[in-house]
Amino acid sequence: MTFFDQVHAVGPALALYVGAGAVLSADLLQGRRAAIWGLAVVAGVVSLGWTLAQFVFGVETGALGGAVRVDAFSIYLAAIIGGVVLAVTLAAREWASVLEQAAEFYALLLVSAGSMVLLAQADDLITLFVALETTSIAQFILAGVTRNDRSSEAGLKYLLTGAVAAAILLYGFAFLFGMAGTTSLEGIAVWVASAPEAQRLPLMLAFVFVAVGIGFKMALVPSHAWAPDVYEGSPALVATFLSVASKAAGFAVALRLFYTALGGGDTFIAQDWGKMFAVLAALSMIVGNTGALLQTNAKRLLGYSSIAQAGNIAVGLAAVAAGSTAGPSGVLFFLGAYAVTNVGAFVVVSLVADRLGSEQIADYAGLVKRSPAAAIVLSLCLVSLTGIPPTAGFVAKVYIFNAAVQSGERWLVALVALAVLNTAISAFYYLRWVRTMILDEPRDATPFRASGGVQFVLAVSAVGVLLFGFDPSPLIHAAQNAAAALL
Amino acid sequence: MLTLFLLLPVAGALIAIALPAAREAEAKVIALAFTGLNLTLAVVMYAVFDRGIEGYQFVERFEWIQGASAGFSVQYVVGVDGLSAPLIVLLGLLSMVSVLVSWKIDVKPKQYFAWLLILESAVAGVFLSLDLIQFFLFWELELLPMFFLISQWGSGRRVYSATKFLIYTLAGSALMLVGFLVIGFGAKTFDIEALTKTPPQETIVPLAIVFWAIMLAFLVKLPVFPLHTWLPDAHTDAPTAVSVMLAGVLLKMGGYGILRIVLPLMPNEAHDFSKILATIAGFSVIWGAVITLRQTDLKRLVAYSSVSHMGYVLLGVSALGPVGLSGAALQMFTHGCITGLLFVMVGMIYDRTHTREIAKLRGLMHHMPLIGTVFIVAGLASLGLPAMSGFVAELTVFLGSIQAHPAATMAAVFGVVLSAGYILWTVERILHGPKTHDFHDLTDAKQWWEITAMTVLVVAIIGVGIWPAVLTDTVRLGIEPIAKIVEAAS
Repeated sequence: MTFFDQVHAVGPALALYVGAGAVLSADLLQGRRAAIWGLAVVAGVVSLGWTLAQFVFGVETGALGGAVRVDAFSIYLAAIIGGVVLAVTLAAREWASVLEQAAEFYALLLVSAGSMVLLAQADDLITLFVALETTSIAQFILAGVTRNDRSSEAGLKYLLTGAVAAAILLYGFAFLFGMAGTTSLEGIAVWVASAPEAQRLPLMLAFVFVAVGIGFKMALVPSHAWAPDVYEGSPALVATFLSVASKAAGFAVALRLFYTALGGGDTFIAQDWGKMFAVLAALSMIVGNTGALLQTNAKRLLGYSSIAQAGNIAVGLAAVAAGSTAGPSGVLFFLGAYAVTNVGAFVVVSLVADRLGSEQIADYAGLVKRSPAAAIVLSLCLVSLTGIPPTAGFVAKVYIFNAAVQSGERWLVALVALAVLNTAISAFYYLRWVRTMILDEPRDATPFRASGGVQFVLAVSAVGVLLFGFDPSPLIHAAQNAAAALL
Repeated sequence: MLTLFLLLPVAGALIAIALPAAREAEAKVIALAFTGLNLTLAVVMYAVFDRGIEGYQFVERFEWIQGASAGFSVQYVVGVDGLSAPLIVLLGLLSMVSVLVSWKIDVKPKQYFAWLLILESAVAGVFLSLDLIQFFLFWELELLPMFFLISQWGSGRRVYSATKFLIYTLAGSALMLVGFLVIGFGAKTFDIEALTKTPPQETIVPLAIVFWAIMLAFLVKLPVFPLHTWLPDAHTDAPTAVSVMLAGVLLKMGGYGILRIVLPLMPNEAHDFSKILATIAGFSVIWGAVITLRQTDLKRLVAYSSVSHMGYVLLGVSALGPVGLSGAALQMFTHGCITGLLFVMVGMIYDRTHTREIAKLRGLMHHMPLIGTVFIVAGLASLGLPAMSGFVAELTVFLGSIQAHPAATMAAVFGVVLSAGYILWTVERILHGPKTHDFHDLTDAKQWWEITAMTVLVVAIIGVGIWPAVLTDTVRLGIEPIAKIVEAAS
């Protein structure tokens, strides 16, 4: 493997890191905001383009001495993460132009995203942990980037809970390493396959710790409590990044750790962790949906919704454990559909917060008269989050529920029944918001316009939500390829 | 051809939305053109429909979501048989009527007519789908236009009613999806035709639970007591056209689902629970009729009468024989025309008098003889007068169910007496009686759209009444295969 093969393998992450360095240098030397924004966009485009190049021209699988593994799975996630970071950067131009630390914002965003790409590639517990921590530390600062009281509080809260989660995760890793004697995921997989039944209890301890630690990234119960607070406190665009990219990275790690290393379906431990995720999924859906019912703040509502959606995806993880063939691709498809949907929703929230200076859902009244595009895109995204056709969210839910039923386990059918009932509950608060935007009369009907970047992101999101709703086959195909690479 | 039927209204909706604001009044013309075109298409389809062969015709299919390798593939497949063909004609007919009765809508007409057209597409999707997932997709899709039509163009507590409608239906359909997934996984296919040939035997959840999970969604939609409370609210607050669509075709989705999916796929469970279904049906008929008698609002009265009349559909189904099932299918078509017409008439009366309070209405016959006469025709058809379509349907239901469920049938026959009571009493109260000064300046129905809307429905009602074969021959063709499966299971 030549040096260039190595560079090619980690290219998408590298582009983001170099972009972060360039942004900081430009700020130091020149300090022109447009240039800084331009560099960040270029970094995002190069990263996404590089991911595409890996997909089209192929790539050597192992790199950096086996620390990372670049395959269809990591490419799929790098595409999601690259897409999200590009969307956030494009939408942030106007908002960040008044920000005191605009360069730091872009640099941290790029560093965090680069580490997420590495996280999706990690094939070793050490790489995984380092990438995870780099992502998190950048995000802690991002959450507090506006430097007002609420933003700082959000950053600190995120830091404290994140530190605890990281410690627990590391403890779980220590167990795994202690038993398997290796930090390589493949090594652990080999060891689990031949592990004696007596190792069941320590293994269970290990994966419970790991799930709690990773659950922090996914906003899954019991590591969910930060999400509404941090989303509410941090700027909407940072919350976009946290809710979409972070969740995708978290579930990617979960798939690698549990599906690849601990084995799905055929290992003696699979039923145990499957049932654990089933319980966590059920709790997340209930906590998220009942919590969201009472919210009046848009970002807080999306925070609870994010917990509930994590529950939906965890249904897919449970299906993976039960040996459902559609399980892994179901999780990945959901992540893709969720990304286009949630980016659209959060960018509208950011736009409204910017123009109206409010995040209260009551202030969205009559939004359709003030900015028809924003209202329609947000409505579409909320319909997709509910899971009503013809949107990507509908296909994603049916896909994951089908995967769970397909496993042939009764406890999973019961879980799916709970999940669809939760969908009906969620319709209440998602569609109530739609109703406010479209039906209620605005207190002040002055129209407002979004900047070009925001308009572009919203258009892409809306097209994605509808496209993957009408013709999901390409994304399903990609998700299935990615899932096939996991084994 | 069927795909065209499905897509034409969507195309119409897109054109209507794309109209410039200055020409928004033309949205109704576009809506009329497209619904008219669709009705023509439906009638042509019905005429060309081959009554010599059983099974689905005009089938179009392609693989929509290709994912067979991971066990998730969904196909797009549409087709009609004797059961769905009349419902498609009904849908085409009532869609056009609902555009006609909306002729004076001037609040956001572009959006209004676009939603109305999308509603037609969604309901058509339900009647035409031959794949469970696709069926579910259209079933859910229909909620969006309904929600917006009621909540934006309705009256009274319109947002409350629209939300109630949405939540009832969503809660009902949530479990339906689980049921479909369990069946689909057990049989390794979601294709309704294939599932009908080889009903699932072994599923991971007992079929009895699946039966009720799916049945619940259809019973909410039908609706039957005690799942009906969304219906009067939705009707009362909906604009006239939406009431016509709701009573005329949306309720039929419930009956259609039972006949198309529940009975052929789970015939054994249908036998196990037929007593329960008959009891619900009988109770629904009587209870709906008694509540109807007590209504003071004209529109609510017609709405509750629907609860009573849809009870006949369930009664026919619960008999599980060819005659009862045919009766149920006939009742769906005729109730669609009759109640559609009743709502049209109520709308016309309300437009003129601005009240729906029965107590305030009297002597209308003096001022509007045409509206009064057509109202009486619709009322008589509703109470099952011979030579009108309602009679044919109800008689067939009773003939089919009397042996299987004598008690429930007797109760339902008594329901006919009650319905004669509330219809004639209403006619007497609002149409007859002395002239009143309040209404001296009212005009009769003179506009071409009003005349057309009334005429097509009256012709359909009386036409089927005196020449039932035009409908029964086709329905029998659709019912026979279902009846065979159900009888073989007993």
